[in-house]
Amino acid sequence: MVPRVIEVEHVTKRYGDKLAVDDLSFTVQPGVVTGFLGPNGAGKSTTMRVILGLDSPDRGFTRVNGRPYVEHAAPLRELGALLEARSVHTGRSARNHLLALAQTHGIGADRVQELIDLVGLHDVAGKRAGGFSLGMGQRLGIASALLADPETIMLDEPVNGLDPEGIQWVRNLLKGFAAQGRTVFVSSHLMSEMALTAEHLIVIGRGRLIADTSVEAFVRGSTGRSVRVRSPQLDELVACVAEIPDGELDSRDGDRARFTGVDPEQVGTLAAERGIVLYELTPDQASLEQAFMEMTQQDVEFHATAELGADPDADAAVL
Amino acid sequence: MSSVAAPAANDQIRVTPIRVIRSEWTKLRSVRSTMWSLFAAGLFVIAMGIIVCVVFEARWPHLALHDRLDFKPLRANLAGVNIAQLAFGVLGVMTITGEYATGMIRSTFAAVPTRLPVLWSKAFVFAAVALVVSLPAVFIVFFAGQGILSGHHINIALSHPGVLRALIGAALYMTVFGLFGLGIGAITRSTPGGISALVAIMFVIPPLVGILPSSITNVVDKFLPSNAGGALWTINPDPHTLSPWVGFAVFCAWTALSLVIAAILLRARDT
Repeated sequence: MVPRVIEVEHVTKRYGDKLAVDDLSFTVQPGVVTGFLGPNGAGKSTTMRVILGLDSPDRGFTRVNGRPYVEHAAPLRELGALLEARSVHTGRSARNHLLALAQTHGIGADRVQELIDLVGLHDVAGKRAGGFSLGMGQRLGIASALLADPETIMLDEPVNGLDPEGIQWVRNLLKGFAAQGRTVFVSSHLMSEMALTAEHLIVIGRGRLIADTSVEAFVRGSTGRSVRVRSPQLDELVACVAEIPDGELDSRDGDRARFTGVDPEQVGTLAAERGIVLYELTPDQASLEQAFMEMTQQDVEFHATAELGADPDADAAVL
Repeated sequence: MSSVAAPAANDQIRVTPIRVIRSEWTKLRSVRSTMWSLFAAGLFVIAMGIIVCVVFEARWPHLALHDRLDFKPLRANLAGVNIAQLAFGVLGVMTITGEYATGMIRSTFAAVPTRLPVLWSKAFVFAAVALVVSLPAVFIVFFAGQGILSGHHINIALSHPGVLRALIGAALYMTVFGLFGLGIGAITRSTPGGISALVAIMFVIPPLVGILPSSITNVVDKFLPSNAGGALWTINPDPHTLSPWVGFAVFCAWTALSLVIAAILLRARDT
């Protein structure tokens, strides 16, 4: 049995002076949705192009299901890919676009029709793809990725431009594939989307690997412990917490406060011992996007650019 | 989940050269502007040839003797070829640059990552369609035009030496010129760049060579793509041109060179 994995081994890719991917290694495993996370310009699309053999790396290599993508007899069957949205001739209808791709592998017109129905493009399948909205273009791209019923799928920013219903549909589709034991690799710069879809995360910044971990571990590991409390005896509590090594008052507002460097267990136990009344005691769980921003802060390339999404604050606004 | 059911018997799904050709045929026929332009080029050959013949036929009684002596019925008849060849060349360029301009090339190379079958299939399909358009066009314009000219008995017969060769040659020339465009387009990867290069090679370089000393010009000139290819579809060639089939072979060699360079670059370059 050939392993259904995507392997990236020490890949380095340079465009002129710009180092797009820097000694990047990871393996995407089957059975879960693996998110490929990083700010815009981090090298996600470049990595995916290298995996597909569209760009050749300066160093290192990639393999899909045990072999370089180029060496497969039926590449679309090994790896179905959605690339940047516009990879379609604008003068050709959606149906003929899919048909032309299908024909290279001997896939028939009925499968093309099946996919047109699946992605919900039946009303516009005969129209020129040049007139498609971003969302329709994404649906067409997803259809082409699924043409040969691939073992492994790789989608670059699939929910870009989709409406909420479409986003939900893509999420379910990806989870369904993973549940069938297929390998699903999906990039996004939207951390909230990854939190809902992915179980595993590969995080890159400036072309380098930042994290290769489960979503849960990523959130847990990246932020320090912190606790929110509400207490009518807040002054006493603040004095107590200060006695705990690492315990620190982060912020305070009326009867509410936030402490860092402590667990809820420590605070609760201490409060009981000292007879301090607590109305509320909550572990402060960082969201995925907070964790992501903390980890990639120094790796975000264009802090102040106007481009939406290149700026971490802009990402937060989108969420 | 029925939506992801296997499309067919799985081991039959793979890339083969015939399938890539079928795919390229779908691509060519499904962009309407390409097909229209090809047919327009064919119609132009017919219309232009007929118009020129009508004009000569009408004016024949008024022509001076030296104009009458200069008159070449086949050349007048094929007057549209020089312009139509450019349409074929531009379409050849756009067969591949259209994919680069729209991003389609990424989808194409993801489906056929070895890439070269795409180039050969594009060439094969384009050549087949170009011949299907150009061959009938030259024969239609020949019979129509010579019919018109026969009024003053200034027509030429198909059985006349070289005529059949020149007619087939004109169709072959336009077709191979389109393939030359395809090679240039694959090298430049840009429609304006490809068309500019094509026009430069065909229409700018020959006059430049003409300024060189005639000892050089007479040797080099006949090997230029435009002149070498032109030898096949003229009768009564001037003494400095290559013989028809040798000229055509040289033209094909230029075209093959452009396609080989294109193939090497296609394999080496990022998409």
